[in-house]
Amino acid sequence: MLGQPLIEIDHVEKSFHNTVVLRDISMKITKGECACIIGPSGSGKSTLLRCINALVPVSRGSIIVDGIQVNDPNLDKLALRRKVGIVFQQYNLFPHKTAIQNIAMAPINVLGRPKEESYERARQLLAKVKLSEKADAYPGELSGGQQQRVAIARSLAMNPLVMLFDEVTAALDPETKKEVLFTIRDLAAEGMTCILVTHEMGFASEVADHVYFTDGGMIVESGTPTDIFKAAQNDRTRAFLSQVL
Amino acid sequence: MMEPIARWFKWLSSTHGLNYSVFFDNYDQTLFLKGLQTTIFLSLACIFLSIMVGLIGAWLQGSRLRAARIGTAMFVQFFRNTPPLVQLAFFYYAVSSLLPTLTDQFGAQAPIINNLGWAIISFSLFAGAFNIEIFRSGIEAVPTAMTEAAESLGYTRFQIYRIVVVPIAFRICLPSLGNNLVNLVKTTTLAYAIGVPELLYASAQIWSEAMNVREMMVLLLITYVALVAVLVGLMQRWERSLRIPGYIA
Repeated sequence: MLGQPLIEIDHVEKSFHNTVVLRDISMKITKGECACIIGPSGSGKSTLLRCINALVPVSRGSIIVDGIQVNDPNLDKLALRRKVGIVFQQYNLFPHKTAIQNIAMAPINVLGRPKEESYERARQLLAKVKLSEKADAYPGELSGGQQQRVAIARSLAMNPLVMLFDEVTAALDPETKKEVLFTIRDLAAEGMTCILVTHEMGFASEVADHVYFTDGGMIVESGTPTDIFKAAQNDRTRAFLSQVL
Repeated sequence: MMEPIARWFKWLSSTHGLNYSVFFDNYDQTLFLKGLQTTIFLSLACIFLSIMVGLIGAWLQGSRLRAARIGTAMFVQFFRNTPPLVQLAFFYYAVSSLLPTLTDQFGAQAPIINNLGWAIISFSLFAGAFNIEIFRSGIEAVPTAMTEAAESLGYTRFQIYRIVVVPIAFRICLPSLGNNLVNLVKTTTLAYAIGVPELLYASAQIWSEAMNVREMMVLLLITYVALVAVLVGLMQRWERSLRIPGYIA
């Protein structure tokens, strides 16, 4: 993995009131890398993703995304969010907008792009996630997997440098799951920097360049998929993997 | 065209003593129609303004500024916890007298805001206070996940409110909004108390001349049933036109 780190997470801590969610997290993600974060529920995986795009402020430590200091109190949130796309477990598409509107609206409203151009690009992205025929369907008329692919296209429309995926297949059945995972795999293969929080171990071992196992708000172990899935050193990692593999 | 109707009501009046003068007496008819016009104007103005008050208030309620939140809460408390007739009197007699007056072309002193103006202000604030609470219930029903998604796309708080929250919240709270607007239309009769020539006032003028209280009461009630039916019909159409395919709120 050559190249300078695109994202630097340095000794990040996060607590909500008295509950410590992240204890001491450090990571370096290089451009084009696909990182997977695995671990039991409540280990702070989702919180970490939310910290990276400043949906949640960190309590201590530093996060730098492509030169932007995320924990700076005077953070330009718009500048950060143009670089970071996030896809959620529950899709969170805007229910009153059609698929193509969902994709085209942020470039128009946030980036001030011309309408024509934004819709043209939205059409290309819909084709990319193989949903061209669903352009005028409302989210409520789409299956979970289709909604999730529209959500991915919506994030991509902002031309982010990095995509965060927060358990994006957790609410899907095995078949629709595949559609979404293939979309993400293609993205990673094209060189998009991705950070995935996932419970899909098979998928993680296939696409990840780097796997992080978290528990209790800390990174217990990290390494290549082979390191983690075939030769985990830590007892906690092995115990967890023996449950899910 | 109205001739046969007028003739029939005249016959009804002379043979059965049921005096619906509005249908055959020009003067009474003009009074009644002007009253109806005033009621419709008053209702439409208050509906529009009270929705604006509701939207602005609901926005302020979610503000980061404590003062804005407290101010809105006090506003809602005041207008929700006091009778609308007392509010109207308060504006017309107390607030109005504090404002400077204008001198008209004859040198007389005229208030800046006339009684119709005060009725519009008073009822808009009254219904607006309820609309704030109604919109709040709708806004709170919008999943935070939806606003987070918009936030992570770079939308500002105001854009999120305008483009995401309000359109969804509005659909959720449209039935309760309809209820409040029906109440608002009926509340406009209180303007009678400060001499606004709306439907009830016009009717009272007619019955005190023609001595047909009973007949006018029936006519008045039927007119309000029709007015509210139109409003309810419009609200239902609005609701249907805003329905999102496949979306269950």
